[in-house]
Amino acid sequence: MTSRKSVLVLGGSSDIGRAAARAFAKAGYDVALAGRDAAALEPDAADLRARYTIEGSTLKFDVLDTASFDGFVGSLPVLPDVVISIIGLLGVQAQAESDLAHAITIMRSNYEGPSLILGLFAEKFLARGHGTIVGVSSVAGDRGRSSNYVYGSAKAGFSAFLSGLRARASRGGVHVVTVKPGFVRTKMTEGMKLIGPLTVEAPVVGDAILAAVENKTDVVYVSGKWRLVMFIIKALPEAVFKKLKF
Amino acid sequence: MTLVSGWGRFPVVDTDLSRPRSFEAVSEAVVPGSVARGNGRAYGDAAIGVSRTIAMTGFDRVRSFDPATGRIRLEAGVLLSDLIDTFGPRGFLPFVVPGTRFASVGGAIAADVHGKNHHCEGGFGRYVDSILLRTGQGEVMEASREQNSDAFFATIGGMGLTGVILEATMRLRTVETGWIRERVIAASDLDAAMRALDAGDAATYSVAWIDCVARGSDLGRSLIYLGEHARADELADSADRFPAGNDPGLAVPVDLPSITLNRYSIRAFNELYYRMGARRAGGGHVVSLYPYFFPLDSIAAWNRIYGRRGFLQHQCVIPEQGARSAIGEILDRVSRRGDASFLAVLKKLGQGDGLLSFPLPGYTLALDFPVRGEILNFLDEIDRLVVAAGGRLYLAKDARQSRATFEAGYPALARFNAIRKSLDPAGAIRSKLSQRLFDEVQP
Ligand SMILES: Cc1cc2nc3c(=O)[nH]c(=O)nc-3n(C[C@H](O)[C@H](O)[C@H](O)COP(=O)(O)OP(=O)(O)OC[C@H]3O[C@@H](n4cnc5c(N)ncnc54)[C@H](O)[C@@H]3O)c2cc1C
Repeated sequence: MTSRKSVLVLGGSSDIGRAAARAFAKAGYDVALAGRDAAALEPDAADLRARYTIEGSTLKFDVLDTASFDGFVGSLPVLPDVVISIIGLLGVQAQAESDLAHAITIMRSNYEGPSLILGLFAEKFLARGHGTIVGVSSVAGDRGRSSNYVYGSAKAGFSAFLSGLRARASRGGVHVVTVKPGFVRTKMTEGMKLIGPLTVEAPVVGDAILAAVENKTDVVYVSGKWRLVMFIIKALPEAVFKKLKF
Repeated sequence: MTLVSGWGRFPVVDTDLSRPRSFEAVSEAVVPGSVARGNGRAYGDAAIGVSRTIAMTGFDRVRSFDPATGRIRLEAGVLLSDLIDTFGPRGFLPFVVPGTRFASVGGAIAADVHGKNHHCEGGFGRYVDSILLRTGQGEVMEASREQNSDAFFATIGGMGLTGVILEATMRLRTVETGWIRERVIAASDLDAAMRALDAGDAATYSVAWIDCVARGSDLGRSLIYLGEHARADELADSADRFPAGNDPGLAVPVDLPSITLNRYSIRAFNELYYRMGARRAGGGHVVSLYPYFFPLDSIAAWNRIYGRRGFLQHQCVIPEQGARSAIGEILDRVSRRGDASFLAVLKKLGQGDGLLSFPLPGYTLALDFPVRGEILNFLDEIDRLVVAAGGRLYLAKDARQSRATFEAGYPALARFNAIRKSLDPAGAIRSKLSQRLFDEVQP
């Protein structure tokens, strides 16, 4: 066994997940990538092993299968130093308005699953006395918008979970990071109209996550401009906000 | 549909742009009239499909790397910059790099790119051992010098027309440092420049920057840059073994984009550049590999300085014999025209490896021209000089040469076409370049 630090990336097949995995591997962390299809993650694990002299492995993890969570955490070969959840599902707002199954999947993928699994890791980390938990949430959780409030409300719940967990866990030596990436050019946003100056590439988010872990930052808006944008959006009175179409 | 162009921003073409995420999706993406695209650093229309363009930069995984041999297997969308940044600090670099590090491995194979070391070490394709190719017909084949060798030598330099390169195995060179020991030679005219390049034959890297506004007895005055990989004991104690990649570089002043490009500004710039270089001439000094190999990369989107209509690059190679007079004549016409490019590069090339590889033993001259005025007619005139001297034009830089010029320059074309036909009988793989220069049926 090595004395290197290790990171577990839940949602390792996403563009942000791959970018975060590369950033941590480059910094010398062993990386485990977890996702629904572990075999499909193997090329990414091989990429990390070939590029950097670290261990890269894959694990099966399904965020909707909450019954499996205890077993997943219990069966890990090593308890990682850092666990990152990048799991999220944008879904289709219009469909979610009448299709309850779709709305439930969005809510569970963005709030229930990520919160529960990170909560379990928090218990293990607190028992051990150290560890870092990273949740990738969204600026969409800062205020519900007519165009994506199913997704946004689940992210809001996740953000609130993380901030509460942070307050509690910090007393036990465990750090919790909330990442709010804003617009990122990824598979998820392909074909969407993104506002150029507010949009970043996935590697920028990966580097930001690593920096937040190493600097013990609490909440990261990946592009600093978003902090201002969301400050203004949050400050708009409801009477004005509800007239805006976005 | 999406408007797509090459690095020269001419021509701009409406094409269906597809971004597959898996090799199966690549296969599904190939419709009649498709071609692969790497990172869009070819200047003209090579990386634009007749109906669909298949973007490959999403395929950026390294499959395996053996530090004992320097052998690496990777997906075709990996950028050379990524390879350099990742493996440079481990003591490995690509054998061949072009003048931009933002080319993909697939694009570097498809154009069989040459670097400043072509005269002694050959092109990118020489260090490629095998490729995984998805042919136009739908077959996925491994091709190497031994296995499917026809497909292999047609794909090296084949401008994407044999199919989509999915993966490649290639060799990296070992280096002690990321620094280059550079020697600058000032040459007062074309004869001196060519002599200096000949004398630099033994140097690993050599290239000449030509002042193409200089006329008369100054015609062809140049700065010749020779380079060797620096050993660790040649670095200052304080220097990192591997320099950071964002080195701004001395070679091109950062405020250049703000000058309007006209004969006066170019003349002033060239005068300054030549004098600065001449002052550094003589003794060797050590420079970071980034400004040495990639002087233009330090200005992002420098292709914008030529304005909205874009620009044309004209890169020819002339066989050794007759090179002096043909290049002298070209430079003379360019300098007399006045609308000169500020970038003019002269270098020696050796034998190419692929059927359509651009290099041949001789001298290559690269010039830039903004798209305006009578430029197309002027370049046709230059082409006649090139053809008469037995030369050819580089497809990765071309957007406008005629079929006749192309056919005269590439004698292996018939053989290439036969192989292409066997890999793709229905002609599914077609780019705007192939439509312009190769394809039997003109629409
Ligand atoms: C500043 C600058 C300096 C340059 N200097 C040099 C130089 O010194 N020497 C030199 O040789 N070139 C040079 N070039 C040209 C450049 O190296 C080549 O055009 C190279 O092919 C660009 O790679 P790309 O990934 O951007 O490919 P693209 O421009 O996207 O495509 C180029 C060709 O490759 C094909 N292709 C790309 N990917 C694949 C794939 N996966 N499978 C099959 N075909 C594929 C395309 O169909 C197209 O025909 C320079 C370009 C610039 C902008």
